[in-house]
Amino acid sequence: MPLSWLVLLVLALATAGYFVGRIRVLKLAGGDVRALHSLPIYYGTNVALSTAVPALVVVMVWLLVQPTLIERSVSGMIAPEMIPEGSNLNLVMSDVRRVADGLNTAIAGGAMSLAEVEAMDATVVDVRARLGELGVALGQNVRPEVLAAAKSYRSAAVTGNTLRTLIVLALAVVGFGISFSKTKPDYRARNVVERAVLALLMAAASLAILTTVGIVLSMLFETINFFGLHNWRDFFFGTTWAPNFRGDSELSILPLLWGTLYISFIALLVAVPIGLFAAIYLSEYAGPKTRAIAKPLLEILAGIPTIVYGLFALLTVGPLLVNMFGQSGSLGLGWMSGATSVLTAGIVMGIMLIPFVSSLSDDIINAVPQTMRDGSLGLGATPSETIRQVVIPAALPGIVGAILLAASRAIGETMIVVMGAGAIAKFSANPFESMTTITTRIVSQLTGDGDFASPETLVAFALGLSLFVLTLGLNVLALYIVRKYREQYE
Amino acid sequence: MYDTEKLATDVNQTETKISARNVQVYYGDTHAIKDVNVDIDAKAVTAFIGPSGCGKSTFLRCINRMNDTIDVCRVEGDIKIDGEDIYDKRVDPVQLRAKVGMVFQKPNPFPKSIYDNIAYGPRIHGLAKNKADLDEIVEKSLRRGAIWNEVKDRLHAPGTGLSGGQQQRLCIARAVATEPEVLLMDEPCSALDPIATAQVEELIDELRDQYSVVIVTHSMQQAARVSQKTAFFHLGNLVEYGDTSQIFTTPQDERTESYITGRIG
Repeated sequence: MPLSWLVLLVLALATAGYFVGRIRVLKLAGGDVRALHSLPIYYGTNVALSTAVPALVVVMVWLLVQPTLIERSVSGMIAPEMIPEGSNLNLVMSDVRRVADGLNTAIAGGAMSLAEVEAMDATVVDVRARLGELGVALGQNVRPEVLAAAKSYRSAAVTGNTLRTLIVLALAVVGFGISFSKTKPDYRARNVVERAVLALLMAAASLAILTTVGIVLSMLFETINFFGLHNWRDFFFGTTWAPNFRGDSELSILPLLWGTLYISFIALLVAVPIGLFAAIYLSEYAGPKTRAIAKPLLEILAGIPTIVYGLFALLTVGPLLVNMFGQSGSLGLGWMSGATSVLTAGIVMGIMLIPFVSSLSDDIINAVPQTMRDGSLGLGATPSETIRQVVIPAALPGIVGAILLAASRAIGETMIVVMGAGAIAKFSANPFESMTTITTRIVSQLTGDGDFASPETLVAFALGLSLFVLTLGLNVLALYIVRKYREQYE
Repeated sequence: MYDTEKLATDVNQTETKISARNVQVYYGDTHAIKDVNVDIDAKAVTAFIGPSGCGKSTFLRCINRMNDTIDVCRVEGDIKIDGEDIYDKRVDPVQLRAKVGMVFQKPNPFPKSIYDNIAYGPRIHGLAKNKADLDEIVEKSLRRGAIWNEVKDRLHAPGTGLSGGQQQRLCIARAVATEPEVLLMDEPCSALDPIATAQVEELIDELRDQYSVVIVTHSMQQAARVSQKTAFFHLGNLVEYGDTSQIFTTPQDERTESYITGRIG
């Protein structure tokens, strides 16, 4: 039975269970809902869940496990000496799967009988041509051992699928039967259903956490591979970033880290004062009407894709800065030669971060109790004195937290620096020069056409992990500060 | 319940500090205070009593123009302090509030040290010539607030770390530090336990030798204990105003009597 039919059948059984459960419990209670422990809907849901959930879980696990098991047993049939020159086991196995699929299609289409397939001999029949007639294209002639493997692959899969269908249906029926027999007016169906919902919520939460762990682990393994190929001292303490394909690349994170931190620093220099002042105006001075218009407008900035900011940096801010600070610029300083520079990327990234800082700070300033302001105003302080001396100090830990969160976004930002900062890795304090960051180097190392197993490519994972550790540290610090602040007023 | 002999002497030396005439307050379309006329004595404690939502806090906040900070609020009529109209255009509300201190329902110390809490007002208004001067103001205010002995060894500890009653006395000391002439208290004991309440009430009684104190309270016992004059508000009207002894023993208006005996409110 095809998988979709199986799933549909289980779902149909569950739906039937829902109605049957409801009807049965109402009948047992003599039609009086008040005699039931739970509402009828819970009894129905209980039967439906007991029918569908175990069966569908088994389907899912089966789908994950069966191919691995079959693969393992079939690949044992291919001896190492049978693998042709320039190929490997994976390639041969993919041939096997393709042939097995072809045989399945042939049987399903009625072009061959089961016996014909079993009797087919690759030394006699041209399997490639035969399958080609049936619309299954193969890249090369099928060798006898591949055909044999494909046959056993096919039959194992068929057996597995039959077994799967039987077990799943049996589970669904058993679940239905047990829950149906339990459906009595004093059965605590509501508690059971709510436990099922709890399990669902927990599964969702743990999936999110497991994904994070998975990401970190995958980065970690590739990083370990990288450190197997490249000296870790050069990575952490070297001073030059110069990848090449001769095998003697100097891959040090320090120049990239410098560029990242320098650009982030300039971005914060732009974003923090503007964002903070905007937040103070919006939360303390602006009337409700101004606020209702200005706040969403400011937050639109947060919705602009970073690639658009990148374009803005490359096409508007960069040339503007060159016109001011360049060779023939209006200031005649000749400090800047190209549109890409630390300053370009920093300014645009700062603009991107303004709504981030302002909206977080605004929330935090609003969380300062009104009684604080009243107390200060009641002592004859002006609104401005109140803000400077009472509101901002009270909100300061939260504001620092907001700034740290903004900083971790700046450090992880990619598109703006790819387009606005340039590609030269170096230590320099001159903001008019091009520089590069960790994120841009990850992009360029992974999108090149280098060998995936070379240190020049694998360094991207080490860079990514370092970046992750850096931003994670900042986020933890920020959350710690914000939480400490919250305790003060609640 | 109260010291009649002391009361008699207080009532004799009547000098009007605040006089309100035809005061109306609107919150948007709601007419919150209707035609209130009252003369509040200097160097005495005046209590405003009445059921919730009767306008007593609103009227209190008119006296130092704290209602200005609420957008929809509109005040009409005259309120004069020492014969000066406080709603005159030439009066700066900020200056006014330095002269008319306020203590709020919930203790609201700033998240600063005890010292900085008290020094906040004097620093803003430039009352101290130097550090020694400021130290003296802080000590004097904390003594006036009857909290000096409890905090003198930890002046630089945060004010938020004190107990509720201590915080409220700190707030009173903070209000006193700017040397106001009038002290407005909006239910200053409603967030305090009985012992802290007794301490604050004792403090209020001491304060009246220097300040005109106006206190809003929900507790009639408290009004009887601490005040010399009592005003009863009901539904935005000033129903009855007179000596505390008279209001509590022989109220003229039947609404006052009903409230005092617990039938309305």
